[in-house]
Amino acid sequence: MDIFLQQLANGLTIGSIFALVALGYTMVYGVMKLINFAHGDMVAASAFVGLTIYTQVMGQATSLFAVIAIFFLAAAVMACVGIMLERLAYRPLREAPRLSAVVSALGASLMIQNGIMLIWGPQMRIFPELIPQVYWDINGVVISLIQVIILALSVTLMIALYLFVEKTRMGAAIRASAIDQDAARLMGINVNKVIALIFIIGSSLGAVGGLFIGLYYRGITFNMGWQYGLYAFIAAILGGIGNIPGAMLGGMMLGLFQAFIAGYVSSTWADAFTFILLILILIVRPTGLLGERVAEKV
Amino acid sequence: MSNDVLFEIKDLEVSYGSIAALKGISLEVRKGEIVTILGANGAGKTTTMRTISQLLKAKSGSIKFKGQELTQLPAHKIVKLGVSQSPEGRKVFGILTVEENLMLGAFVKTRMNKETLKWVYQLFPRLEERRKQLAGTLSGGEQQMLAIGRSLMSDPEMLLLDEPSLGLAPILVKAIFEQIKMIANKGLTVLLVEQNAKAALKLADRGYVLDVGKIALSGTSTELLASEKIQEAYLGKKS
Ligand SMILES: Nc1ncnc2c1ncn2[C@@H]1O[C@H](COP(=O)(O)OP(=O)(O)OP(=O)(O)O)[C@@H](O)[C@H]1O
Ligand SMILES: [Mg+2]
Repeated sequence: MDIFLQQLANGLTIGSIFALVALGYTMVYGVMKLINFAHGDMVAASAFVGLTIYTQVMGQATSLFAVIAIFFLAAAVMACVGIMLERLAYRPLREAPRLSAVVSALGASLMIQNGIMLIWGPQMRIFPELIPQVYWDINGVVISLIQVIILALSVTLMIALYLFVEKTRMGAAIRASAIDQDAARLMGINVNKVIALIFIIGSSLGAVGGLFIGLYYRGITFNMGWQYGLYAFIAAILGGIGNIPGAMLGGMMLGLFQAFIAGYVSSTWADAFTFILLILILIVRPTGLLGERVAEKV
Repeated sequence: MSNDVLFEIKDLEVSYGSIAALKGISLEVRKGEIVTILGANGAGKTTTMRTISQLLKAKSGSIKFKGQELTQLPAHKIVKLGVSQSPEGRKVFGILTVEENLMLGAFVKTRMNKETLKWVYQLFPRLEERRKQLAGTLSGGEQQMLAIGRSLMSDPEMLLLDEPSLGLAPILVKAIFEQIKMIANKGLTVLLVEQNAKAALKLADRGYVLDVGKIALSGTSTELLASEKIQEAYLGKKS
């Protein structure tokens, strides 16, 4: 029982991170039918950007204000990078065959990864201890303040995003653009603006995810985006790529699944089991758990 | 009916790559008119409509609405000027509800016009009954009503309808045409693309016949209905 509760707490933590990152993949895919392979590397970049903001801008302060400022600044920086990525790597290829865009995405991924290496070096860097190491031991189950913050903030952000997309005018524009861009234009929706917005939201959420990775795991490397990006991408597919609640569900599920595998089997098997889970779910539900609410009539 | 030209196309050419779809067409629509564009499959009717809404860019020529040139504008600015389209194949947002579709129709409005919504529901009571239903689960006829209703939600001055009768049972075709008449009676100017030449000409004031990217014929509906060419090509009568 202890292992179960412990792994539940750990799983919800990493699941939150997967979910935040998965939202970036799924929203871009939803509107552009494009897998933004650079997204994982953007997440990694965010952790390094956060590190630099901490040392250079905040003078290594860890006050509540400083921590909040680091989150906002890192998200803002990554949102700008996201907009540039869309402008430079994807917009020129909007009308091109999908394969060209995929190649461009892979190229962008490599560029960002190597960019991180050039700026911050190839060796592992240690993310600052922005949040005090407070632990609670509840009958043998250890939960840290960081875990609580990660879960609470992620859930808050996801609820906010859900309400934004479902209840606001811009949210409706996003959903319409995801269904049919030309029809959206006929409604007077500026699809270019919607796409820019998608990159801003996705990159900011990914940035928060990247900072969480730094806070939770501490060691950050220039190429870590590949691994976290892959997990988040799998989470997006599990939930049904293009579907926003699906990415949230898929992320949480994958986090819990990996935690339980690590707890009951072995963490070395986590990857293998992750792909087995992916294959099984895709066999039963090829469109993912929440993919395709109804078939569209033509 | 006044004589002011509300909308005017001049020497419009549109190509898909090297294939010329419109080879210099000109037409005009006066305020309050119903004008129909007829033509066989592939004549360029949808191309014309999509170019008016700027989903396609013209190679040359001009499209003017109330004196303003449309060809240099991005697609999303056209609705705001007062030109709204119900596209070929309806293109409703299938996984959104009827109500959400209608609200998107009013996207350019800072606030949705409640009166317009009421009017649309009056015009198509079926839509009100099904307002919480996903648009993709509506029947073809209902989807057509939704597409037209949605295009009305921006309170346009000119409505572009691309084959509203496509795939509808004869009884529904009649109903849709009656509803278009009611829309026009409200003061909207209508540009109607149709295969169903007879019904369209009965409804319209004037018509143009497109033939592989060129205007082959134009005139008042009475003239066109009487024309031998039209009778041969569309009304199934041998001369
Ligand atoms: N995306 C496209 N790429 C290449 N050619 C196209 C494209 N769309 C249309 N065409 C061509 O342009 C011509 C005009 O097509 P358009 O769709 O405007 O015809 P239409 O009059 O609306 O026909 P229909 O009554 O069948 O709807 C056709 O020859 C068609 O093959
Ligand atoms: Mg057509």
